[in-house]
Amino acid sequence: MTDVEPLERHDYDVIVIGAGGAGLRAAIEAREQGLRVAVICKSLFGKAHTVMAEGGIAASMGNANEKDSWQVHFRDTLRGGKFLNNPRMAELHAKEAPQRVWELETYGALFDRTPDGRISQRNFGGHEYPRLAHVGDRTGLELIRTLQQKIVSLQQDDHRETGDYESRLRVFAELTVTDVLKDASGAVSGAFGYWRETGSFVVFSAPAIILATGGIGKSFKVTSNSWEYTGDGHALALRAGAALVNMEFIQFHPTGMVWPPSVKGILVTESVRGDGGVLRNSEGKRFMFDYVPDVFRGQYADTEEEADRWYKDPENNKRPPELLPRDEVARAINSEVKEGRGSPHGGVFLDVSTRLPAEEITRRLPSMHHQFKELADVDITAEPMEVGPTCHYVMGGVEVDADTAATAVPGLYAAGEVAGGMHGSNRLGGNSLSDLLVFGRRAGAGASEYVAALGDSRPTVSEADVRASVQTALAPFREASENPYTLHSEMQQKMNDLVGIIRREGEVREALGMLDEMDERVKSVGVQGKRPFNPGWHLALDLRNMLAVCRCVALAALERTESRGGHTREDFPKMDPQWRGVNLICTLDDAGDVALKNQPVPEIRQDLLELFERSELAKYLTDAELARRDGPPASQPGAAQGPDDGSGA
Amino acid sequence: MSYDAKFRVWRGDADGGDLQDYTVEVNEGEVVLDIIHRLQATQTPDLAVRWNCKAGKCGSCSAEINGRPRLLCMTRMSTFEEDQTITVTPLRTFPVQRDLVTDVSFNYQKAREVQAFSPPEGLQPGEYRMQQVDVERSQEFRKCIECFLCQDVCHVVRDHEDNKQAFAGPRFLMRVAELDMHPLDSADRRPAAREEHGLGYCNITKCCTEVCPEHIKITDNALIPLKERVVDRHYDPVVWLGNKIRRRKD
Repeated sequence: MTDVEPLERHDYDVIVIGAGGAGLRAAIEAREQGLRVAVICKSLFGKAHTVMAEGGIAASMGNANEKDSWQVHFRDTLRGGKFLNNPRMAELHAKEAPQRVWELETYGALFDRTPDGRISQRNFGGHEYPRLAHVGDRTGLELIRTLQQKIVSLQQDDHRETGDYESRLRVFAELTVTDVLKDASGAVSGAFGYWRETGSFVVFSAPAIILATGGIGKSFKVTSNSWEYTGDGHALALRAGAALVNMEFIQFHPTGMVWPPSVKGILVTESVRGDGGVLRNSEGKRFMFDYVPDVFRGQYADTEEEADRWYKDPENNKRPPELLPRDEVARAINSEVKEGRGSPHGGVFLDVSTRLPAEEITRRLPSMHHQFKELADVDITAEPMEVGPTCHYVMGGVEVDADTAATAVPGLYAAGEVAGGMHGSNRLGGNSLSDLLVFGRRAGAGASEYVAALGDSRPTVSEADVRASVQTALAPFREASENPYTLHSEMQQKMNDLVGIIRREGEVREALGMLDEMDERVKSVGVQGKRPFNPGWHLALDLRNMLAVCRCVALAALERTESRGGHTREDFPKMDPQWRGVNLICTLDDAGDVALKNQPVPEIRQDLLELFERSELAKYLTDAELARRDGPPASQPGAAQGPDDGSGA
Repeated sequence: MSYDAKFRVWRGDADGGDLQDYTVEVNEGEVVLDIIHRLQATQTPDLAVRWNCKAGKCGSCSAEINGRPRLLCMTRMSTFEEDQTITVTPLRTFPVQRDLVTDVSFNYQKAREVQAFSPPEGLQPGEYRMQQVDVERSQEFRKCIECFLCQDVCHVVRDHEDNKQAFAGPRFLMRVAELDMHPLDSADRRPAAREEHGLGYCNITKCCTEVCPEHIKITDNALIPLKERVVDRHYDPVVWLGNKIRRRKD
């Protein structure tokens, strides 16, 4: 049924895989730089997971507090990531985010306003000042719709000029890419995929591909992520020869719904806490005061009274510990539940009903009010919510160059959640939407520059590779024993149990054994029915990506013998400065197996290090690194002789 | 707490199909989409359905439940009696692709026909100033998750295929209203609303408002005010005269 069918073919300058915030911003940039662009997405246009983002876009515009600046944002981002961030990415992100947000207004976005008519900014965990541009609690929807409408606007320009809306920018919706194609030299030559509607295959020729496929949450049982989040971009990059960095760092958002079971994992926005909501255990205690770690002492309130005063007077009071970075809050909730102080359905209580008047709650948190009312029969203006950790975001991802978003594979770029490094070991709320915009734009620009430099000598698609892709894609249509749904749900359960929020060596090893077994079982997954819109087949193909990604997560989780951000080892509960300087890199070896190696984290430039007090750096850096920051002894005439490894100023 | 429910699900494609009967387990707190997923996982793995967020935020899982346009993920099983047969069919206004999945490209074509936001001249990024009270009107319409239930229920196109050419549907007339009410949009949206998007076809039966899962008051807050503004412009004798004179100058 395959060899004879003629394949649909397209030719573009750039292919963007993924139509969330990063993908659309990348496509806009590449199109504005004059390239012909295809955007490919697994869902309908405008349904990407970005719509789920609730809280806001972090950008130091200084509208709510004029003391804010890119330097403060940079500092908060590194603190949140426990200093493992790619410092250049964090710098570019903090510097460029305001411009990216203002630009959205020129596309038609309507953010909530300050009394003087500027963009309103709200408080969020880990951000020193109110920094998140927002639209109620549906900021992601505003972002996706704004970018979608900007794409349409560019298509309207093209229509006026050429008579064809799709002459320079076309969206291929409900099309799944299964392989990145390369030429003999190893450069990107195109992509192979299938239309979900018909099941027919498509070959794209293009010298540049931007991966913007989002995350990997569907490998875990309890997740806030949609079915699309199967780690496609991570796996495509890996198979194409690029590297993944720090896949052990997975953010479990502290507040997901826990009841009823069918909605377990669905996100409850951090804005609930930013706007005054508090966490309580079954004894009614605001337990977060017991969980402020040493590195954050001094930045968070010690008493409920001070914490409550902060909402009105942030200048003279310290912030409530409910607004610690997400990894800290998630671990705290986990401990409370484990020690028997949880809520009836295995979470804790998140209460805003006693903190704000009902009309204020429905105005500030309309979609949360709606979500709990409709899905759980809970009125959040009158009673507390039950919440618990849910797999939300992967900090790890494709290793990229900070300035251009280029991977190690010529022509392959990555931006947004699929890219790694920017957030270090833990992402702050609000830094994702800004990440999408900043690095989406940079990926579009990077790819445009690469394509321009190629001139007419473009890599060509190998027909043998296309035939191989057809075969792989059709393989699940066989008489076979394994049901893809069963395999998937077993994998999700095991990953949740064994490589979840708290990890132990023995369990991670058990997970690796399970993955070995699954790698075998996936070979005998079979699907029923035909190719048109067949979800069983689609899942069978996604499984291969999830298995590859899970292996990277487990290998890296086993290797990193410390606890930091989104990686908690019960057997190594402390943060270790030696590990701060280490990135864990996964690549495929010649046999197609995942290989893991250690690689130094890019150094933090001296001027960026100087944004921090020495006493704070001492909590994270090794003595040698601190000495380097202090500079050679000559620059400090009074100082005693210290070690100098020669790499300093 | 579990029980077995009777489901009838439309199975087929563009060439035809019919309702098929299933008996399937239901647990406490579940929504119709959970049951469709259970059918996929346990009885009929190739059952086609669109979905994404499962939290009423993306607008993918639109279908008709017992004849009413609904989001599958926001329809709780507890709203039905245990012995009630639940019938799930694809959106009627759009061509079926397979099972519960329809071809909604009509909506994307209509979206393209609405002229995009026209930025004000002379304002740089970062210089936009708007009052909250002024943005709120358009913000209500920007809550739209594009589930297209309003497009599905609207009788102008639901029962009249031939109106699809001339009529943009509630979702995109609301988009015109949204831009019209945007404090800084510099285009006049009124002529196109009437001449290109078929505003006059709407006879304000409010079916769109009734099915909107975001509870947007589409008719009252978007369509009626837009009609009033169009009427003011189109039938106002002074405007009429002004247009005549201006046209003569051209």
